Amino acid sequence: MTNFLQLCFAGLALGALYALVALGFVVIYKATGVINFAQGGLVLLGAYLTYNFRQTWGLPFFLCIPLAMIACALVGAAVERFVLRWMVGQPAFAVIMVTIGLLFVIEQIVTGVWGFDRLNMGDPWGIRAVELGDVVVAVKDIWTVVFAAAVMLAFFLFFRYSNLGVAMRATAFDQEAAIAQGISARRIFALSWAIAGAVATLAGVMLASGGGGVRPDIQYIALLAFPAIILGGLDSPAGAVVGGIIIGLTQTLTAGYQPTHFPELGTGFSAVMPYFVMIVILMVRPYGLFGTKEVRRV
Amino acid sequence: MRLRNLNMTLDYADDLKLFRSRQSKASLVALLALGLLLPVIVPDDFWLSVLVYAGIYAIGAIGLNLLTGFTGQVSLGHAFFVAAGSYTAVILGTQHGQPLLVWLPAAAVVGGIIGAIVGPFALRLRGNYLAVISLGLVFLGQHIANNWDSVTGGPGGTTVIAPVKLGPFDFAALELGGRSYTRYQSFFWLTWGLVALALIVSKNIVRSRPGRAMQAVRDRDVAAEVIGVSLARYKVGAFVISSALAAVCGALFGAFQLFVEPDSFGLFLSIQFIAMIIVGGVGTLFGSVIGAVFVGAVPQLVSRYSDSIPFIAQGAGGEGLTVFQLNQIIFGLLIVLFLVLEPRGLAAVWLRLKAYFRAWPFSY
Repeated sequence: MTNFLQLCFAGLALGALYALVALGFVVIYKATGVINFAQGGLVLLGAYLTYNFRQTWGLPFFLCIPLAMIACALVGAAVERFVLRWMVGQPAFAVIMVTIGLLFVIEQIVTGVWGFDRLNMGDPWGIRAVELGDVVVAVKDIWTVVFAAAVMLAFFLFFRYSNLGVAMRATAFDQEAAIAQGISARRIFALSWAIAGAVATLAGVMLASGGGGVRPDIQYIALLAFPAIILGGLDSPAGAVVGGIIIGLTQTLTAGYQPTHFPELGTGFSAVMPYFVMIVILMVRPYGLFGTKEVRRV
Repeated sequence: MRLRNLNMTLDYADDLKLFRSRQSKASLVALLALGLLLPVIVPDDFWLSVLVYAGIYAIGAIGLNLLTGFTGQVSLGHAFFVAAGSYTAVILGTQHGQPLLVWLPAAAVVGGIIGAIVGPFALRLRGNYLAVISLGLVFLGQHIANNWDSVTGGPGGTTVIAPVKLGPFDFAALELGGRSYTRYQSFFWLTWGLVALALIVSKNIVRSRPGRAMQAVRDRDVAAEVIGVSLARYKVGAFVISSALAAVCGALFGAFQLFVEPDSFGLFLSIQFIAMIIVGGVGTLFGSVIGAVFVGAVPQLVSRYSDSIPFIAQGAGGEGLTVFQLNQIIFGLLIVLFLVLEPRGLAAVWLRLKAYFRAWPFSY
């Protein structure tokens, strides 16, 4: 039982991480209809920027995070302005490929500047852990859940009460009608990329803290978050969170039990399990759990 | 007698012809002659290996173009089918010592069967969702490749010793008319012969009824269904052909490289294939070949001539970008720039040039 609880909490923390990455995907997809494969690049960039502010410039950690978020948001907005804007109206496949191309460029710029070595983020948590009853919980995991919850709350408040948030929802719902109401779709597109950049930074920081270190691999979290967003439905922020948590739990529980109970599935099966879950759920609901069903007209 | 004019299509049958004019026949003959003579004119191992790899990639790229360019099904899972072909060659060629005429067609069949299993997913899912599902396929494939030690050799990889003898011709070291040729020269003929075969088959598919059905599915699948195109048949059919070609590509890849490892069949390979058809031209067959040559050759040329490129680190630990990093950046930029500036690829550039010179000096 203790083991189960332990795995569940680890799964929750992992799920929170996926949810953070997935929220970035969803914001962009909802506003612009683009699946952003470069999200992993933004995660990477955010983590390295935080490292740079913390270790190279020596700023206090909790100042570095917002600074890096702002910087990464600017990069996101710039990418939208100078690359993605040219792709408006192109087929979805072409837009996906552009973001993949961007991923390659961002990745190489980051490793070109900071190298391939594992760097210490300089976060205040390190590998410390606290005991809650029998369960040992990493301090970093608690912070991940807290940050994810804070981001979700901020999302909710932003989309519900701020003018800009409502404008974003209107644009996502019907672009032409929104433009007719005087909403600038361009600003909304740039804003969605900026938000994605900021959220990606947070994901990158949480991934690289707690002894993990800043390293080029952390971008792969974005690929692992795909099952989460697809599961929840590409255009649903709530779905991103639910999907993230389901996938996080699935992955840690598989990692915990599969090697002893189903060794024939091979080592490292837990990394593939989310894709299985995703395929099964998509077969039943082709637009994810909370996604909007596409209306098809001839 | 009807006047034949290249700029004018007189009836519908003209559009469907394999050769639309005597000139196109002549240029094909010239191209064939060039292909036959090239390894003799340029016997250099480096250039031939670049071209052999390009040819191998071209077969896979033609397959992907049939699926994505002509049928409109976005697949990031091409690497999975390539891997299936490679490991078929390992099982039949290396482990059972079967000849070329067994393992190569067998690879195509295995690829086709897997395509037929995966294809139906495309009936339920569309667009972005399909792309992400096919992404899952790649990870699944790598997991299998990493764990199926008896065939794949685990993460460390395995050697591929697939015999490449076809009747009296042994493509590992061809001997013709008392002259012997190197392995690279022989493989060049084998690979590009197969590219030609793949092109003929694909061209005949796309210019006939199934091809038109596939393009109707691409343009608007609901509309296609309404006018009586069976989505199940053509979507799954496209997957079967595309993955069969991918598997042939994989089998040849293993046979030429003599070694395969699970890491070679990752997402990057899928992306490379997509880059090939984008750079070459989505929805054109010869574009796939041009794209494969371009995308296949650029990294090798960059690493060969890295000494003369500024800002490149010499050896490990030097200042500046490594060759690998430069290649990745070039690769990423190629995709972005082509999609933004020339979405129809090199094929469109070529057609434009041709049209310009055909009507020269009356450009319009």
